[in-house]
Amino acid sequence: MIFYHFGNYILLLKAVFRKPEKFSIYKNEIFREMVSIGLGSLGIISIISIFIGAVTTVQTAFQLTSDLIPKSIIGGITRDSTILELSPTVCSLVLAGKIGSSIASQIGTMRVTEQIDALEIMGINAPGYLILPKLLGGVIMIPMLVIVAIFLSITGGYFAGVASGAVTAAEFIQGLSTGFVPFTVFVALIKALIFAFEITTISAYQGFYTKGGALEVGQSSTKAVVISCIAILVSDYIIAQLLL
Amino acid sequence: MIEVKDIYKSFGDNEVLKGISATFKPGVTSLIIGGSGSGKTTLMKNMVGLHEPNSGTVTYNERDFTSMDMHERIEIRKEIGMLFQGSALFDSMTVEKNIRFPLDMFTDQSKAEKLDRVNFVLERVNLAGKNKLYPTELSGGMMKRVGIARAIAMRPKYLFCDEPNSGLDPKSAIIIDELIKEITVEYDITTVVVTHDMNSVMGIGDHIIFLHEGKKWWEGSNKEITSTDNPELNNFVFATKLMETLLKK
Repeated sequence: MIFYHFGNYILLLKAVFRKPEKFSIYKNEIFREMVSIGLGSLGIISIISIFIGAVTTVQTAFQLTSDLIPKSIIGGITRDSTILELSPTVCSLVLAGKIGSSIASQIGTMRVTEQIDALEIMGINAPGYLILPKLLGGVIMIPMLVIVAIFLSITGGYFAGVASGAVTAAEFIQGLSTGFVPFTVFVALIKALIFAFEITTISAYQGFYTKGGALEVGQSSTKAVVISCIAILVSDYIIAQLLL
Repeated sequence: MIEVKDIYKSFGDNEVLKGISATFKPGVTSLIIGGSGSGKTTLMKNMVGLHEPNSGTVTYNERDFTSMDMHERIEIRKEIGMLFQGSALFDSMTVEKNIRFPLDMFTDQSKAEKLDRVNFVLERVNLAGKNKLYPTELSGGMMKRVGIARAIAMRPKYLFCDEPNSGLDPKSAIIIDELIKEITVEYDITTVVVTHDMNSVMGIGDHIIFLHEGKKWWEGSNKEITSTDNPELNNFVFATKLMETLLKK
């Protein structure tokens, strides 16, 4: 069963990357998806990121009780855990719920209402027209969202740390700037790129092969989120193992 | 002209089509009729390539559609218009964008030319001025008419209609039927309609194919259908009290 779905998924991807009928139409669709995925998710990503940073700072401070450890290390830990793991992975898990379910239900509804059949009858490559703009919109915008998330997490951590008195502003900033490895940002972006690919294509696959009616569209949407989340976590581990 | 030769189609162990052959001519409204599960929609889906037959051929003006690869099929599909049972209009697009969509995709016409064509087909289906409405703002009959407008926007040679008047009141159903017939004659299109509606059969059935248990059971016209001695067909035709009463009169 897994091999059947994996084979179908690969065939669908092959169809997605077929030459577009008209670039100008695809270009407009890509911009539309970029706005939908990027701007549409900015609010939730901002709120989550600020609180992730705040909680990371407060909990790190709680665990560092020894006087031998400088307080500035709190800034460093917040920075590294935010860049390497929390921003790309947690944001992608949230986006799998938000964007993934939306993609699966959109395409699934089009399938059960024969809109995909209508595209195919017109001679349009339905996987390319429906999925490629979402895929490109995702791989362009999700890494950008992750960058925003990193900045907001660190800012949230800074304010929470200073406000709670766990760390001073000077200590936090000193911690941030000490021992910074730019490669960690590269790893975060690679993760975001791969997670974006997984979220958009897995969700699109679930939607595209929906059979039945409204109930099945809902089931496809749920499956899309669950499978995307598992794929994100598995690939998170593989990337960490390969790059770090 | 469309020729279907010896089409077989199964889904698992369920053999739906059992060797169907038929010819559909231009300028003639051909109806595929039959009870639920008789295979009429499956036959249509095999004809347009939404399903692949297990064996048999479908040819469009002597071009073998079944043996073509995807790229070759695209050229034939540009000549096909299809009206779906649920209209299958794109929810996110206005009426104008729905109709303009195939023109945007496959022609290099200017915006003005495309708008002219959209307005022309909208007028043809008696929906002039409804350009900016969304599908959710239309009634069932209007959606069907927009579906027809979209189907004929590219000047198709072949028109397929799947249950074109299902879910419509009798008056709207007659309007859709008449529109399909007029367009078929006016543009010399090869039209294939899948239906189980006897009003359509009697109204526009120039050429009728009756399917029963996946086989072609009877072929003729609406003039002949009420005088046949085929028991299965008579069961289908006279299933409603209305038909029975009308015929007695």
